[in-house]
Amino acid sequence: MAGAGRRKSNNWALVAPLYLFTILFVGLPLIYMVYLSFMSRAKVWGFTNDFTLQNYLQILEPIYMSTFGTSLKLAVLTTAIVTLIGYPFGYFMARLGAKAKRLMMIGIMIPFWTSSLVRLNGWIIVFRSNGVLDKLLMWIGLTDEPLKLLYSYPAVVFGMVYALCPFMMLSVYSSAEKLDWRLLEAASDLGAGRARAFFDIAFPLTMPGLMSGIVLTFIPSMGLFFVADILGGSKVVLIGNVIQEQMTKGRNLPFAAALSVVLMLMTSCMLGLYRKICGNWKGLD
Amino acid sequence: MELVNITKTFHSAQGQTEVLKGINLTIEDGEFVTLLGASGCGKTTLLRIIAGLEEADTGSIILDGKDITALEPYKRDVNMIFQNYALFPHMTVEENIGYGLKLKKVPKAIQHKKVEEMLALVQLEGYGKRYPDKLSGGQKQRVAIARALINEPKVLLLDEPLGALDLKLRRQMQLELKRLQRKLGITFIYITHDQEEAINMSDKIAVMHEGVFEQVGTPNEVYYEPKTSYVASFVGDANLLRIDGELYALRAEDIQIQEGSHCTHKAKVLEKSFAGGQLRILLELSDGQQVTASRFGIDYDLKEGEVTQIGWSRAQKIK
Repeated sequence: MAGAGRRKSNNWALVAPLYLFTILFVGLPLIYMVYLSFMSRAKVWGFTNDFTLQNYLQILEPIYMSTFGTSLKLAVLTTAIVTLIGYPFGYFMARLGAKAKRLMMIGIMIPFWTSSLVRLNGWIIVFRSNGVLDKLLMWIGLTDEPLKLLYSYPAVVFGMVYALCPFMMLSVYSSAEKLDWRLLEAASDLGAGRARAFFDIAFPLTMPGLMSGIVLTFIPSMGLFFVADILGGSKVVLIGNVIQEQMTKGRNLPFAAALSVVLMLMTSCMLGLYRKICGNWKGLD
Repeated sequence: MELVNITKTFHSAQGQTEVLKGINLTIEDGEFVTLLGASGCGKTTLLRIIAGLEEADTGSIILDGKDITALEPYKRDVNMIFQNYALFPHMTVEENIGYGLKLKKVPKAIQHKKVEEMLALVQLEGYGKRYPDKLSGGQKQRVAIARALINEPKVLLLDEPLGALDLKLRRQMQLELKRLQRKLGITFIYITHDQEEAINMSDKIAVMHEGVFEQVGTPNEVYYEPKTSYVASFVGDANLLRIDGELYALRAEDIQIQEGSHCTHKAKVLEKSFAGGQLRILLELSDGQQVTASRFGIDYDLKEGEVTQIGWSRAQKIK
């Protein structure tokens, strides 16, 4: 009995740092942020402890609502494109030989070793007027003049897709890697053509990978303000950009906090939905 | 079904491996044929070629007078039972079994009825709503059989289907498979490395070694009249004995010890061991060759080291 008791307390000692870390760096800031969102803006900097709902009411103004709308649309579009590219990529990568797999993996991982800011700035060189892409297209003869690709909506979408694709690829890959390919043979033996076998067998069994890929893409794409900043200039304003502006130039911390809380609620809903869908999946593992 | 001169070579970084070196086999309708061989002899590759999951380099497969060599697997009247069962984990037992019918767009009511019939046939009534991970090995095996048989294939291919089961269950399933096969009259092509299983179940055994058939025949022929030394030693563990420059296969149970006038060979008892219902006696002949004899019962009044006379009633001359 005493032994069991000691073991339990030992467990506590091991787990305590984790709890402490989570409370200090996740829990408290979160509470602080929610608290802040109900306070009033100070005249010059910071905030005053006067309770108000003004920050949340302000979000209802058309300009902010439409920014949420733009962000949501961009996130959906990004997630859709990332899925269309990332799913087949991850799926077929899992079917490669061991050596080819390793090469692909290295190819996906290497960019992660460079700061994403540096990589995005690299794309400026490609996309800007008379940049690498313009010159190439004009040299081939597809266009006669620079396309002005930089600081446009498509450029932002491209940047988002570029930044988030690896998450989908790796997520689908890890799921497809576990798939027993003999199941596809069995389906084909029972009369299913290639497409049918894929949709009946491979697709449902890689669904967990696809779903977690979607979560890993959708949630960050709501908040990746620096992509819009670097490749969209001032033309594409996302909710992440507004939060950043309000915190820095706007000096309105309570309003920035309120925006963050709403953004967080939206993404939480997304996660809840994910849990619900995946919870309904039977017979996996 | 007829297999004509099938060859297959696998290419890899290490070079080429000739897995099948010209396979010819005629299988009658409703016959139970076993491909017997050690692992790596090419039997699984041959089965996969018949199923259409692998392509032969040369040769053809004729089913019911039609050449099906180039047909996609899903267009062949052939179904396979995989070594690991390959049940779909995200479908219930019913859905697994009904999958083939669903693909053929058979009306739902008929699908349901046939699935129920199949569940009864493999004695799994009431298990329809379960998922495969809630089944035991033997039950999974039955589901796999039902899933294949519901399509009423002309030929059923079985890739070591009982390999993962324990001995008792394996014996029981052997009988059950044989019963099913007789009842349905479907041609079975069965793969195993277990010679006892092959002899128990088959109408015809093809002993396979390094990509060729060493011998094709009834269980009796393969057991009692082995044509090559490989067949003799692989099937039933026969003694190989060289007498006057000729090679003979000699079954352990055909060796007599001190029984009558034909026991003319002098031999020394080296070792006695009890192997479950059988006593195995290792003997050394005067020229140094060793043979194993077997006797029923647990005791035998010969002691190790004793010299005696042995003979045999039957010896098969082989190549």
